[in-house]
Amino acid sequence: MAESFISLTDVRKVYRTRREEIEAIQNISIEVQAGELVSIVGPSGCGKSTLLKILAGLHPHDGGEVRIGSAAEPFDPSRDVGMVFQQPLLLKWRRILENVLLPAEILGLPMKQSRERARDLLAMVGLAGFETNYPYQLSGGMQQRAAIARALVHDPKLILMDEPFGALDALTREKMNLELMQIWRESRKTILFVTHGIQEAVFLGSHVAVMTARPARLAEYMTIDLPEKRDLAIKTQENFGEYTRRIYKLLDMD
Amino acid sequence: MTAATWRKIAIATAVHIAFVAFWWLAVILGDVPEYILPTPWLALKTLGEPNFNWVFHFTATAQEIFGGYILAVVVGVAFAMFFTWSARLDAALMPLLVTLNMIPKVAMAPLFIVWLRFGIQTNIVITFTICFFPILLNTARGLREVEPDLLDLVRALNGSRWQIFSKIQLPGALPYVFSGMKVATVLAVAGAIVGEFIQSDRGLGWFMLVTQEALNTDAMVMALMLVTLIGVVLYGSVILLERIFVVQDARVE
Ligand SMILES: Nc1ncnc2c1ncn2[C@@H]1O[C@H](COP(=O)(O)OP(=O)(O)OP(=O)(O)O)[C@@H](O)[C@H]1O
Ligand SMILES: [Mg+2]
Repeated sequence: MAESFISLTDVRKVYRTRREEIEAIQNISIEVQAGELVSIVGPSGCGKSTLLKILAGLHPHDGGEVRIGSAAEPFDPSRDVGMVFQQPLLLKWRRILENVLLPAEILGLPMKQSRERARDLLAMVGLAGFETNYPYQLSGGMQQRAAIARALVHDPKLILMDEPFGALDALTREKMNLELMQIWRESRKTILFVTHGIQEAVFLGSHVAVMTARPARLAEYMTIDLPEKRDLAIKTQENFGEYTRRIYKLLDMD
Repeated sequence: MTAATWRKIAIATAVHIAFVAFWWLAVILGDVPEYILPTPWLALKTLGEPNFNWVFHFTATAQEIFGGYILAVVVGVAFAMFFTWSARLDAALMPLLVTLNMIPKVAMAPLFIVWLRFGIQTNIVITFTICFFPILLNTARGLREVEPDLLDLVRALNGSRWQIFSKIQLPGALPYVFSGMKVATVLAVAGAIVGEFIQSDRGLGWFMLVTQEALNTDAMVMALMLVTLIGVVLYGSVILLERIFVVQDARVE
């Protein structure tokens, strides 16, 4: 097998507050290949966001090894990360296009090309024609689409998504799942996708990392053996149900 | 402007006119003596009296109000920025500022006059002192109120402190700056007048004291209306600037 894009070996993370030490992550080892979409599920507070922050280079880890990038897919930690959160977090005072351009501005990328790219991305997420609108003029789902476009505008190799559809209604969420699937297949980015939705995790993931309650350990790293091109019909397939049941079981919810 | 905006303006104007009409009627129907409350017309007529030096007093008070106010905006916003820039400075000085804010600023006025002698500059200082705190505190709050996730997003791209400040914190704080500025407009007018009341030789506040002695109530009322006018112009300018610079959804009432 080729060198993996992300390689976590025995990664450990301890938060030190004045009163106590919280062990958020205990010995996690994962290998992610370039271009995979890996879903991460686990109980609330187990350390999923922490893991993403370590990967984004925002928090140092306290043990083990974190390596991102390979010879075939070099990774520049200061520019190759795109992030999407539960809230769209668009800047209220910027028009949608300017919001999408924020990462490009921060990285000092050539503005003319970035503008074009931002327009293309907005079209891709179904927001053509909304470039000059302000965020408040868009629905929650539309805002989240813009946030996804923003995460892609600087063409990063790694996208970190922390419950990106958690605040959306069920119908919009399903729609966004399909769209993300599409975006992922077209862009071939490596995506780490934290979610509380187990169906969603299986539907989207090439793999699902199931974590235990705090301190987070890897309960299982499942490979989802479903066709690459997925549609909603897949959810009625037998092995889809098996995967979700298995995850519920791992999370002690059956 | 939309039809709804026009409607609002029309209603506001009508209510103002109705208020003046009510005043007028009340004086006439109630047979109120002139030295208690003149009709609007009588008050207005005092503007024709050259001895009253209206322009001179009006300019003095306007200078004090606008001077102190603008100074407070500049210094208040600058201070807030310093505090946000340095956590240590913030930790050290913010508690003191909160305490200082408790001082009744109006009660400082006599001291300022002792220190600086009376005059327009002194009244500018008094106005400044009153307006400074709400602007500083509001701005500081706005600068602090940043979504942590948004900071992460910028930091993940190695965004500089300056980029965070200029692209996220400062524009994000703008609605709060305006909210502080709106509060301060009322204080500015009061500050200047208090300064003039305590000791002065010009300005509409001073003029009111002088005309009071002569029981020239109509001139006093006129002076009051002119002070109010300055306040309204100040407030209107702030609202206008807010409309220009702050996106509708972000405005803080
Ligand atoms: N900056 C921090 N300082 C101290 N403790 C922290 C910090 N960030 C997170 N923690 C703690 O680490 C643990 C893991 O938090 P984390 O946010 O990674 O969980 P999570 O899996 O993302 O939870 P959720 O599903 O609710 O978002 C929690 O117990 C949390 O209280
Ligand atoms: Mg989380």
